[in-house]
Amino acid sequence: MPQQEPLYDHNQLTSYIEAHRGEPASLIQVLSQIQQAAGYLPKPVLVEAADALGLSLTEVYGTASFYAFFIFRPRGRHGIALCNGTACYVKGAAAVKARLEQELGIKAPDTTPDRRFSLDVVRCIGCCALAPVVTVDEDVHAGVDPEKVPGILEQYK
Amino acid sequence: MNTAGLARLRTKAREALRLRANERPVDGYEHHALVCGGTGCISSGCRSVKNALVDEIRKQGLEAKVRVIETGCMGPCNLGPMITVYPDGIFYEKVAAHAVESLVAGHFREGRPVNRLLHRCPDTGKVLARLPEIPFFNRQQRIVLRNCGIIDPLSIEEYIGRDGYAALAQVLNGMTREQVVEEMKKSGLRGRGGAGFPTGLKWQFTLQAPGELKYVVCNGDEGDPGAFMDRSVLEGDPHSVLEGMIIGGYAVGASKGYAYIRAEYPLAIKNFEAAIKSAREMGLLSIDILESGFGFNVEIRVGAGAFVCGEETALLHSIAGKRGEPRPRPPFPAQCGLYDKPTVINNVETWANIAPIILRGGDWYAGIGTGKSKGTKVFALAGKIVNTGLVEVPLGTTLREVVYGIGGGIQNGKSLKAIQSGGPSGGAIPAAYIDTPIDYEALAALDSIMGSGGLIVLDEDSCMVDVARFFMDFVQDESCGKCTPCRIGTRRMLEILTRLTQGRAGKEDVDLLIELANTVRKTALCGLGQTAGNPVLSTTRHYRHEYERHAVEKQCSTGACPMRIGPAQADNAKKQGGRS
Ligand SMILES: Cc1cc2nc3c(=O)[nH]c(=O)nc-3n(C[C@H](O)[C@H](O)[C@H](O)COP(=O)(O)O)c2cc1C
Ligand code: SF4
Ligand code: FES
Repeated sequence: MPQQEPLYDHNQLTSYIEAHRGEPASLIQVLSQIQQAAGYLPKPVLVEAADALGLSLTEVYGTASFYAFFIFRPRGRHGIALCNGTACYVKGAAAVKARLEQELGIKAPDTTPDRRFSLDVVRCIGCCALAPVVTVDEDVHAGVDPEKVPGILEQYK
Repeated sequence: MNTAGLARLRTKAREALRLRANERPVDGYEHHALVCGGTGCISSGCRSVKNALVDEIRKQGLEAKVRVIETGCMGPCNLGPMITVYPDGIFYEKVAAHAVESLVAGHFREGRPVNRLLHRCPDTGKVLARLPEIPFFNRQQRIVLRNCGIIDPLSIEEYIGRDGYAALAQVLNGMTREQVVEEMKKSGLRGRGGAGFPTGLKWQFTLQAPGELKYVVCNGDEGDPGAFMDRSVLEGDPHSVLEGMIIGGYAVGASKGYAYIRAEYPLAIKNFEAAIKSAREMGLLSIDILESGFGFNVEIRVGAGAFVCGEETALLHSIAGKRGEPRPRPPFPAQCGLYDKPTVINNVETWANIAPIILRGGDWYAGIGTGKSKGTKVFALAGKIVNTGLVEVPLGTTLREVVYGIGGGIQNGKSLKAIQSGGPSGGAIPAAYIDTPIDYEALAALDSIMGSGGLIVLDEDSCMVDVARFFMDFVQDESCGKCTPCRIGTRRMLEILTRLTQGRAGKEDVDLLIELANTVRKTALCGLGQTAGNPVLSTTRHYRHEYERHAVEKQCSTGACPMRIGPAQADNAKKQGGRS
């Protein structure tokens, strides 16, 4: 197996935490920043965060696990999110999902074995006018039909 | 900065905006080219179009004559990337990057609009070049969206040039807190986040609540799938929300505000952050705003993706860094809110209405709309409709006007089956009620609600049982699980609906479903559970025959639900190479 790149820059994550030392109310802020940088919430970092903010690890997990946004395992290099909000459902999100799962050989919310892609189903990304919508990383792909799926995946190596 | 300084700034800022008011500019520009930079347009490639435009203008040596501005959402998301050119407001749609060269040569160098990129009347094929000629635009009345698609959301000067912060100055220079609240009450404005509670009354309760420390909160969670007006306002005109919050802070006696914006809206967060920063630099967000002695500060809190976090008590827990679980009300946030202090919490769109109401008066606002539904409302049009996007119309406008007049009717020549309003807490309005005026009471009478203003258009191919199943799946998934009726009740309802769509349920199940919906409505703790049965109650009321058909004949005439392969599904299955 090829050498895996380090998943995150530990010092950077620590700096987010330190900026809020002693502020338990900033927990969600801090977790969001960590996740944005690392792509997920690594356990050792959560331990540090709990300590710095003055919370127990259970409290940190209890809060973080409540929110669908937070994830605890490393994800693929590219995060695919398929919208299954009302507008996307009405415009055929189910067929797009089937095609994505077929192409990737995984079911949502899983990661491909080569860690190239993760697939998630989300509820509305506010781009309903152009449904069905799929995001890959920061890119929004609108008006997706099953036919367009391979071409979209092709753009992300 | 003081009020006189603000006024001077406004005079200057107005001059820079003259072209957009079709007036002669004083700065030498001949054109302003506005490129829509809303999230919808970004997904259709507006950024590369904008870059191409800037490059081409430089290449053709026109930098001194043409200014390019990236705006927030212009509204008709399905027509992007779009460019509006002033003076005259010439509207170009679906502009590809390679079309930019001829656009620059034609419009900017030779002064003749490029015909093939202009909008055409779908019926007659006649070219409709200017915004005021296009039905999508000219049938709207824009108060909330007054600046969206017209100004650069990152420029506080442009906002000020459009009367921005004038309402704040007026309030701080001579209105008492009570007078501000009185004006809001007079306006008849009701909260746009869903429940429709009178805003002035809410402010009054917070003002009268005892305590020194009070808070102002902006609810930008927008968890309702199919709604995107809050996102567009935060992205396209963040200062309108910020100004509303500062005025609200003054009115209720708060000095600190929080804007709660969901993490899924990165551009909204970025633009609102920029607005806060520039307002601070100008002294519009300081300990002594406009030298009035009133101090106010605003911070952003990022939401983390749970529908229930939009519920006000849950949202306040979430701001405090806890699990976003609702608590019983009363006490209401007006008495006991953030950190147990009196808190006024309003929706993004509600906040964006405040400044115009102050500037033009509560009576002006109350003169728009109908009966108990005053003012305008922004609707998000999506689903099987020709023109998708955002529209703002006076309350009392009929569904027909919105769906056909502005929305251009149903896609692909199909017929309208229903209009889903109010999201998971709402219902489906059958096509027969298309002439209903949209207001809080009329929608409630049809077992639906205004909600946050999402209108999802369903055509003849939609199975209403499956639509109900979709919403039940949603609320079941999003229930926080704190109270049993909601946690178990929504699960049982989902099971029944799933069995119905698979042809494995009988008539008695439909009765049980309705009973469950009513029980959960009466016994759940928060609005999520209390309204979870609404899609069921509305579809069983209006489409009982479809339920019976599923239950008795085990058939679905639309083919949209998993039970039977109808025409639409067979088609899809073919496309996917035999998978179904
Ligand atoms: C489950 C649930 C979700 C809600 N989601 C939102 C939301 O996303 N945005 C919003 O403004 N209000 C939402 N609300 C309504 C809020 O609780 C509250 O009524 C509103 O923010 C008050 O502001 P307004 O008076 O300006 O409407 C939700 C309510 C419930 C019960
Ligand atoms: S009704 Fe549902 S969402 Fe609301 S508190 Fe109860 S379980 Fe949670
Ligand atoms: S429903 Fe899919 S983006 Fe809103």
